[in-house]
Amino acid sequence: MNSFVLGIISIYYLGFLFLIAYWAEKKAKTKTSFFGNANIYSLSLAVYCTAWTFYGSVGRAATNGIDFLTVYVGPTILMFLGYPILIKIIRISKTQRITSIADFISSRYGKNRFLGVLITIICLLSGIPYIALQLKAISNSFELLTNTPATNNIFADHTLYIALLLVLFTILFGTRNVEATERHKGMVSAIAVESAIKLFAFLIIGVFVTYWIFDGFQDVFSKAKMIESLQQTFTIKNEVGQSTWFWHIFLGMIAFLFLPRQFQVAVVENEDENHVSRAMWLFPLYMLLINIFVIPITMAGGFIFQNYTVNPDMYVLSLPIHFSAEFLAIIAYIGGFSAATGMIIVETIAISVMVSNNLLMPIFLGISKSKSLINRNPKSFVQYIRRFAIGLIIILGYFYFKFITEKFSLVSIGMTSFVLIAQFAPLVFGGIFWKNGTQKGAVFGLISGTILWFFTLIVPSLVSSGVISDSIMTNGFLGNSLLKPYELFGMLGMENIAHATFWSLFFNLTLYIFVSLCTKQSVLEHNQAGVFVDVFKFSKVSEHLGVWRGKALLSDIKSLLESFIGKNRTDLVLKMFAVRNNVNVQTKYADPQLVNYSEKLLAGIVGTTSARMMVASVAKEEEISLDEVVEILKKSQELMAVNKELNTKSQELKLLTEQLQTANNQLLLTDKLKDDFLSTVTHEIRTPLTAIKALSEILYDNTELELEEKQHFLNTIIKETDRLSRLINQVLDLEKLESGKVNVVKEYINLNEIIDEVVESIAQLAKEKGIKINKSLANNLPDFQGDRDRLFQVMVNLLSNAIKFTNEGTGQIKIVADFINDNLQVNVIDDGSGISTKYQEVIFEKFYQAHDQTVKKPQGSGLGLAISKKIIELHDGKIWVESEEKKGSKFSFIIPVN
Amino acid sequence: MNNKKIKVLIVDDEPNILLSLEFLMKKEGYQVFIARDGEEAFEILKREMPEIVLLDIMMPKVDGYQVCEFIKNNKKTEHTKVIFLSAKSKEADLEKGYSVGADLYISKPFSTRDLVKKVSKMAEENEVRS
Repeated sequence: MNSFVLGIISIYYLGFLFLIAYWAEKKAKTKTSFFGNANIYSLSLAVYCTAWTFYGSVGRAATNGIDFLTVYVGPTILMFLGYPILIKIIRISKTQRITSIADFISSRYGKNRFLGVLITIICLLSGIPYIALQLKAISNSFELLTNTPATNNIFADHTLYIALLLVLFTILFGTRNVEATERHKGMVSAIAVESAIKLFAFLIIGVFVTYWIFDGFQDVFSKAKMIESLQQTFTIKNEVGQSTWFWHIFLGMIAFLFLPRQFQVAVVENEDENHVSRAMWLFPLYMLLINIFVIPITMAGGFIFQNYTVNPDMYVLSLPIHFSAEFLAIIAYIGGFSAATGMIIVETIAISVMVSNNLLMPIFLGISKSKSLINRNPKSFVQYIRRFAIGLIIILGYFYFKFITEKFSLVSIGMTSFVLIAQFAPLVFGGIFWKNGTQKGAVFGLISGTILWFFTLIVPSLVSSGVISDSIMTNGFLGNSLLKPYELFGMLGMENIAHATFWSLFFNLTLYIFVSLCTKQSVLEHNQAGVFVDVFKFSKVSEHLGVWRGKALLSDIKSLLESFIGKNRTDLVLKMFAVRNNVNVQTKYADPQLVNYSEKLLAGIVGTTSARMMVASVAKEEEISLDEVVEILKKSQELMAVNKELNTKSQELKLLTEQLQTANNQLLLTDKLKDDFLSTVTHEIRTPLTAIKALSEILYDNTELELEEKQHFLNTIIKETDRLSRLINQVLDLEKLESGKVNVVKEYINLNEIIDEVVESIAQLAKEKGIKINKSLANNLPDFQGDRDRLFQVMVNLLSNAIKFTNEGTGQIKIVADFINDNLQVNVIDDGSGISTKYQEVIFEKFYQAHDQTVKKPQGSGLGLAISKKIIELHDGKIWVESEEKKGSKFSFIIPVN
Repeated sequence: MNNKKIKVLIVDDEPNILLSLEFLMKKEGYQVFIARDGEEAFEILKREMPEIVLLDIMMPKVDGYQVCEFIKNNKKTEHTKVIFLSAKSKEADLEKGYSVGADLYISKPFSTRDLVKKVSKMAEENEVRS
């Protein structure tokens, strides 16, 4: 085929892609979608399938059998099982305005610049050979189809012009907006279409080979069986072992997440987390379809070209050419072309963002001369840098392809770069699930992993290309047999890629964890660790997070924003921010929240590291020094002191409340006592009244009664009337004593005299009941000041009580008076019925039976003891009872004499 | 006529109230029994199964409520009419009296004429029933 025609077809294809992208971008502005955004998202993930897949799967299958499947099984498993991880990474990236995998990792570890640089370099190292591989695929397919030999004159090389076209296309769609987090809708749509085209092309070739050249799968397999070498290739060999499969599948998973282009389409370009659930089944389906004809094509190629030397990598193209199906050959070419260009475009955009944000911008920002240049028009400055990076990457890829790939085998470039990318895994997984991972841990882990990668994979390839001597392979590094690149530390029998993956990740992970545990996080790191690990908790409030203490003029922040996103958008953003967070945006100095927010906005354009530098240049950021930390601690201690005081206060309040409660209860009790007293008095009055009324009525109604009976009734009425007036007197008396209205008359009195008088007055009553009264009065009883009548009353009460409760006829009462320790003590002892323990206290309360209404004194008002107690208390004395039921009671009182 | 057969038990710890009630009931021709506290009342109740009981509430040892409950929960005496005679005259006291099964609650001091009428009415009802 004419190379000019194929060149034109290639250009037309790119033009078609351009139209798709342009159209999608236009549509995006009107918010309509032509194919469903979730489907576009899922298809764009298939940028994973490069020319390495399109041509290389067959090549790998021809040499390694079904081993080629591992790199597709990995992503398929990840899509099913890794859903929460992917969602978490997407959420973090959105809240933090992450622009790339380098940005993601450096942001997690305290927005560390060095880490960002390191990752950018690693991405370049893995990306450029990979881009070269795509260019080589384009070049080879072009040569095969046009039957033109490769030329050493690069200006005559069509691949250079295709590369330059790709630079143009990538610049057009990759840098239209400087804000890297603003999605490249057009580019993504074009990639999705490319994914559809390469799948379609591969399926057509598959169907052509299987059903046109052969007679279905059955036919292909049975014919291929006849060839010894093919049969061997497709027998799963035991010695390779499951560990190889395991490591290859694992690498597929990691690569699918962390390859720069994958991170770009899966995370940065993600519009909606819900799209991931569509991709969960659509992407694996894509994987299944694109792999379904790999084996038939491999076997068909092997069968048909058994007597030719045809590179299995090119079977997809060679087969239609061999059968002179030129149109199908062009379709195959376009499929491969789309796979290659898709990869180059996305990878370049992803890496160029890293190169500009993590490598170039910080350098320019660091040089004071360039600062003025940036300040003049920062927006276009960023654009220029990014365009420059894009051109640089693709051209580097081209030169790598042109001058280096010739010297190295291309086969393992894919897997080799996967192993390198896998070094991000401990940092990312540790970063989003483990808060203690530190910056130093990340750096040590990453560097050690990379060194191991270099030693176990790059050194051997340098040996095989003759750059270094092969003694290192057989004798080990520096002659140490433990340091052989393929048998590190004497580990034998592992396939090279698995071996490299194992050792690099082993050192990486071990150092990451070990160093993290040994080092401390800075305040910023600690902050970022929290934001990353707890993203689902914080994503709503991320604007408020961040340790930022310092001053920035609002005008500075504003002009910084204006220069990147324009005046109109800046005004809008500030207004929105003010409304959302209820902060003033008219002040002289910017609110710390606003500074944080601005930094994040800028991070979306120039990356976190550069954004931090820019904000730092306008803001006088104060490092939080030890002194300040101490100050903060002090403040919190003051706060604690205040808290303590508050606590004490509240304790006091509690106590006061308790006291009030008690007082209230006391009042209630007093109230109840008053009620009880009233109802008891009422009862006590009603009882004699009842008798008086009943008997009076009887007398009135029964005039015929005998005189004797009449007199008995009348006498009873008189007694009950006396009882009534006595009761009333006592109530009034007690009321007087209690209210303190009564004045105790203090005159010198002699206790003996009083006792004698009382006994005399009560003797008749005792005699009637046949009770003996004995006195035992000490001789030394002094005269003392007291109220004679009141004390007389007390003695009468005690004695009449004693008589009342003592057995008729046999009872004995003893009165003992003594003078001990300046106290006069009087005991009235009886051998009567006694008082049970539970009543011994309450009998001194008025109407104590009020509390136990079933018990009523046989006689008396129920006030005598209450009155006696009051009287003794008025003499500063004390009255009490000791008693045992059925054995008698001893009532005692003491009065101090001075 | 048949009044002689009607047995009335008077339970009160106030001797002078007992005196008047005994006189009144005897004059009406009832067979009168007297108890000075709850325990005495139980014995008489079991022995005599009186038709009517005049019952004080506040008494030592066993109070009127308990006596009333005993009467109403005992098969032998469940038809015995109980009239509380108490100085407790609050609404709550009356309610409690009726809740333990009293047929009538009369506050002290009471009218003797009224009491006599009410007792005799009860005695008549008792006769009709039996």
